[in-house]
Amino acid sequence: MTTTISRDEVMHLATLSNLQLSDDEIASLQNDLGGILNYINQLSELDTSGVEPTYQVTDLENVGREDIVMQPKADRDALLSLAPKQKDEQIEVPKVL
Amino acid sequence: MTTIDEYLGTSAVANVKRAIQAAKDKPEYNALLALCEERALEQASKVDSGEIKGRLAGVPFVAKDNFLTFGAPTTAASHILKDFNAPLQATAIEKLEAEGAICIGKANLDAFAHGGSTENSVFGPTLNAVDKDRVAGGSSGGSAVATALGIVPFATGTDTGGSIRQPASFNGVYGVKPTYGTVSRFGVVAMASSTDTIGCFATSASDAQLVMDVMAGRDARDMTSLPDFFEIADVKSGQKIGIIKEFMTDDVDAGVKQSVIQYVDRLKSAGHTVEEVSLPILKYALAMYYVIVPAEISSNLARYDGVRYGKRADAGTLSDLYGKSRNDGFVSENKRRIMIGSYVLSSGYFDAYYMQAQKARTLLINAFNELFNTYDVLLGPVSPTPAFKLGENTSDPIKMYLADMMTVAPSLTGMPAISVPARATDEGLPVGVQLIGQRRHDAQLLALAKSVEGAA
Repeated sequence: MTTTISRDEVMHLATLSNLQLSDDEIASLQNDLGGILNYINQLSELDTSGVEPTYQVTDLENVGREDIVMQPKADRDALLSLAPKQKDEQIEVPKVL
Repeated sequence: MTTIDEYLGTSAVANVKRAIQAAKDKPEYNALLALCEERALEQASKVDSGEIKGRLAGVPFVAKDNFLTFGAPTTAASHILKDFNAPLQATAIEKLEAEGAICIGKANLDAFAHGGSTENSVFGPTLNAVDKDRVAGGSSGGSAVATALGIVPFATGTDTGGSIRQPASFNGVYGVKPTYGTVSRFGVVAMASSTDTIGCFATSASDAQLVMDVMAGRDARDMTSLPDFFEIADVKSGQKIGIIKEFMTDDVDAGVKQSVIQYVDRLKSAGHTVEEVSLPILKYALAMYYVIVPAEISSNLARYDGVRYGKRADAGTLSDLYGKSRNDGFVSENKRRIMIGSYVLSSGYFDAYYMQAQKARTLLINAFNELFNTYDVLLGPVSPTPAFKLGENTSDPIKMYLADMMTVAPSLTGMPAISVPARATDEGLPVGVQLIGQRRHDAQLLALAKSVEGAA
C-alpha cells in the first residue's frame, strides 16, 4: 500500500503543529512525509492482537515525594528577563484576536 | 586523546587553560559552539584553593549544547534558542561540578538533537576527527569530536536513538547510553521523553565508568530517574554473548563487519562464549522509532513559541507570533519530525500508527528479554557504515534515518548500550562495536569492555 499525502493534509498538519510554512516548504514536506509514512507503514505487518502497549520503560510506578514546596532553581526576575518582551513585570504578547 | 588521570592532582587553572588552548587550536572542526572561559577559570580557582574537592577535581569537559549550563548560552544548535542564557543548570552538570569537573565549552549538535550527522546544526556541521571530509556523526557530534581530538578527556551527550553511540563509533571513542532513567534529565532540552537518556563520551572504559557513576542517581526533579544503581563492577568470567544476526547482513559495510568479528575473537580469547542469535523483530524497530519519537517530539517542542523565552518573530497577532516564531526557529528536520508526530497522533491515524508502534515496542522488549534469559550481553556494530561523507545523506531523510537502524532498539527498550572502539577499517576509519545489556547492567557492559581493552 502506498500512502500519499495531499497538500491540504500538509497544511492541516502545519496548523496543528503551529508552523507557518512557506509554499516551498509545503511542497517538500509533502514529498518527505509521504516517503516517511510509506516507511513506517510496514508496522501494519505485525500482529499485535492482545499485546499491551508500552508507554514507559522505567518499571517505576506512582513515584511520590514529600508534600513540601521544592525551591525553584531560578528566581522570578531571572525567568522574566528571558521573555522577549515584558511590561509591568509581565510577559507581553500581541492581541489574541 | 587524553585520559582523566592526566588532569588529576595538577593545577586546575592550568588544566582549563590547556583545554581551552587545545579548543582554540582546532577551530576548523567546529566541535565547540562556545567556550565558557571566564566561568571555567573561576571554577578552577575554587578547585585549586580546595573549596571544591572530588573525584573529578580540576578535570575539564565539554557539555553538549542541549544541557543547560552557566557561562555560555544554551542554543540546542537552533535558531530559536540562539541567544538563550539558561537561568539554571542541568542536574548532570551540577553533579559533575560538585565533584570538581569543569565545563570549558558547549559542543555542537544537530538542532534539538534531531539528526545523525551534526549537519542539522544552524552553526554548520562538525567535521570528523579522523577525516575532515566526513561527518562527525550525530546528534552529539561536537562532544565526540572534542573528546577524540584530545581537547577534553570526556564530554556529556544525550542519546535518544543513537546520538551518543553513533558519533562515538564514527570518531573512535567510548560512548555510553545508559539504562533509561540512570541520569536525571532535568535541565536538558527534551526531545523524546520516553527514550531520552544522558550519557558520556570518554577515551577509556574506566573513565566512562567514573563519569557515569558521578552523574547517575535519583533526582526529585525528574520523576523517571532511577535510584542510584550504578556501581563500578568487576567483569564476570565466562559470559555468554550473542552476536545479532540481523546486524551482520550483506547490507553492512564489509570493513565494519570485519572489525566486529575481530572484536568477537578478542572476547573469545578472554574466555567468553559468542554465538549467533536472531531477533527478527528488529526489522521493525526503526519504523517503531520513527512513529514514537516524532510523536513525543511534536509534544515536547510545542513549548517553543517565542513567548516566554527564545527568539520571537514580529507579528500582529498571537497566532501569527506562534506560527512565525516556530517556523523561523526550527530547521527542516525539526519541522519534519513535528509534522510526522502531529500526523501519527491525529484522530483517525492514532491507532494505526502510534498505538500499533507502542504495542510493537512491547514485542521488541519481550524478544530482547527472552534472549537475556540465555545471554549476558548482545553485540553488533553501532552503525552499518563508518562515517559517511559530508552531504552524502542530507537530501534523503529516509537514508539518514537508516543510519540509526542498529541503535534505536536499545533506546525503545530502555536497555543500556555502549559503543566501544574496535579496529579501524582498512581506510583508517573508526568502527564501534555495540554492547547491549539488560536494564541496570550498565556497569557490567563497561567492565566487559575494559577487560578486553587494547587486546590485539
